Amino acid sequence: MAVDAAGRGPPRIVPVIDREQVLHVARLSRLRLDDDEVETMAGELSGILEHVDRIRGLDLEGVEPTSHVVHLENVLRADVPWQSMPPAVALAAAPEPFDGAFRVPSPQADAD
Amino acid sequence: MPDTALEAVIGLEIHVQLSTRTKMFCGCELSFGDDPNVHTCPICLAHPGVLPVPNEEAIRYALKIGMALGCEIAPRSIFHRKNYFYPDNPKAYQISQYDIPICGAGKLGDIRITRAHLEEDAAKSIHLGDSGRIHGSGASLVDFNRGGTPLVEIVTEPDLRGAAEAAEWARLLRETVRQLGVSDVNMEEGSLRVDANVSVRPAGSTELGTKTELKNMNSFRFLQRGIEAELERQRELLGAGGTVEQETLHFDPASGELTSLRSKEEAHDYRYFPEPDLVAIAPTEALLAEARDSLPELPAARTARYEAELGLDEAQARLLAGDPEQAGYFEAVVAAVGEGAEPRVVANWVTGELTAALRASEDAERPEPGVLADLIGAVASKQVSHAGGKQVLAILVADRDADVAEVVEREGLAQMGGDDGELAGIVAAAIAGDPAAAEQIRSGNGKAIGAIVGAVMRETGGRADGGEVNRLIREQLGL
Repeated sequence: MAVDAAGRGPPRIVPVIDREQVLHVARLSRLRLDDDEVETMAGELSGILEHVDRIRGLDLEGVEPTSHVVHLENVLRADVPWQSMPPAVALAAAPEPFDGAFRVPSPQADAD
Repeated sequence: MPDTALEAVIGLEIHVQLSTRTKMFCGCELSFGDDPNVHTCPICLAHPGVLPVPNEEAIRYALKIGMALGCEIAPRSIFHRKNYFYPDNPKAYQISQYDIPICGAGKLGDIRITRAHLEEDAAKSIHLGDSGRIHGSGASLVDFNRGGTPLVEIVTEPDLRGAAEAAEWARLLRETVRQLGVSDVNMEEGSLRVDANVSVRPAGSTELGTKTELKNMNSFRFLQRGIEAELERQRELLGAGGTVEQETLHFDPASGELTSLRSKEEAHDYRYFPEPDLVAIAPTEALLAEARDSLPELPAARTARYEAELGLDEAQARLLAGDPEQAGYFEAVVAAVGEGAEPRVVANWVTGELTAALRASEDAERPEPGVLADLIGAVASKQVSHAGGKQVLAILVADRDADVAEVVEREGLAQMGGDDGELAGIVAAAIAGDPAAAEQIRSGNGKAIGAIVGAVMRETGGRADGGEVNRLIREQLGL
């Protein structure tokens, strides 16, 4: 993209999230939305992108991209085992435990 | 008809399970074969409100892998969330790395490495419909013991040009990682998993054809056969004027069939974004130095050194370099032999005769390097014939206290020289005993000499030098 000396791109068209994009993301997220909700989402998601677009309008020359708001690095843990949960506790919230495992609907069925 | 003029273009994606004691982001112990769900906690089960903390040892292991593959190590790398829904993934995202992996571009052998990044393994699921236990129930059982195991994913550039080459390179990679001591690299148990991206293109073209992804082949043999089957399928398809569809395929080694796994389009819409629960990894100088200092001499470097400095041929150098323990022994024997024999000759004894002798008995042990060096020196200087040397070796591997000179003396294996005429007499008798063979040799049938050499060797109990026997036979036949 062409960028001027101040690091600004050409004037931007406000991005609009359309119905199709909402439905696509809803499908990826396994969400079922009714028509009204699709409209609401399209508006709210577009609003978020508008906000991001306002940030793009700032002079960001020399500003490092931020991946985190906390200025910490290397928060690590020694490789020492701890006591895991008893399986009964791990499975306590599972609706259909079976043979010590979580039983779930077949993901193959979900794909169809 | 398959279009055989189409060149194979193959890249590999290799998942290496790290052999740390605990998982990538929590302290649950790693295990294999335990009861289901005995190694879980709120973090690896993705309960609300928990925070992952990276395992420092896994970072160390990833750095070692990166350095062994000649990768650029990122001064600062971050984790990303890879979003997808599947029951083996309780957070509905996998913590992985995306645009700033811990290890960037590198090279192993002639094959370029794109990247090597850290991520966490998924849980193990068993589809009940497949197992037959509850036939057709349409349910899966999920065991989270494996969920969260540290993985390093290594991605290559599409530099491989054939199925055999791909399998061969994958073996080199496995041996390299194994020698680092950071993984069991066991394909059957899944601690090493290899996927292949396969495409074809007109030879000489620099553009890439549409690729398919072959998943999880659990041996090098299946990897090779799977790629061969897919190359054949693509060449046939394109030869018939069709097009290759981008998809993920599963190779069934039993039937040789390739089946499509899932729609690629949806599967690859992962919506990566930076993991807000984790801060950046910036390897300290101390951590980098520690990883660098712990690297052993790796197979590719050792192979090159044996070729360049010791004059071994490539196959022999690679064979030795693939087994560091044996390579260490070989080098000790070379040092002990000194000027007594070429390293090439020592390599033959270590990988050939010695390996065979050790295989002959369960109790057999390698002799001290100096002892094998004595034997190789005695054979090289023709004090003992090669056949006699093998007999001595059989005694040496059974008796660690045996001394070469003493065994040669006791067993009467000192090589017969040509000086005292004893060997010449035995040769003359052998010729006289097989006039038909002698006639054939005279009339130009070189192979017939074997019968007379064999007779001499029997008579001398292997104490004669084969070259000398050949020379004497020819001399006596006037050739």
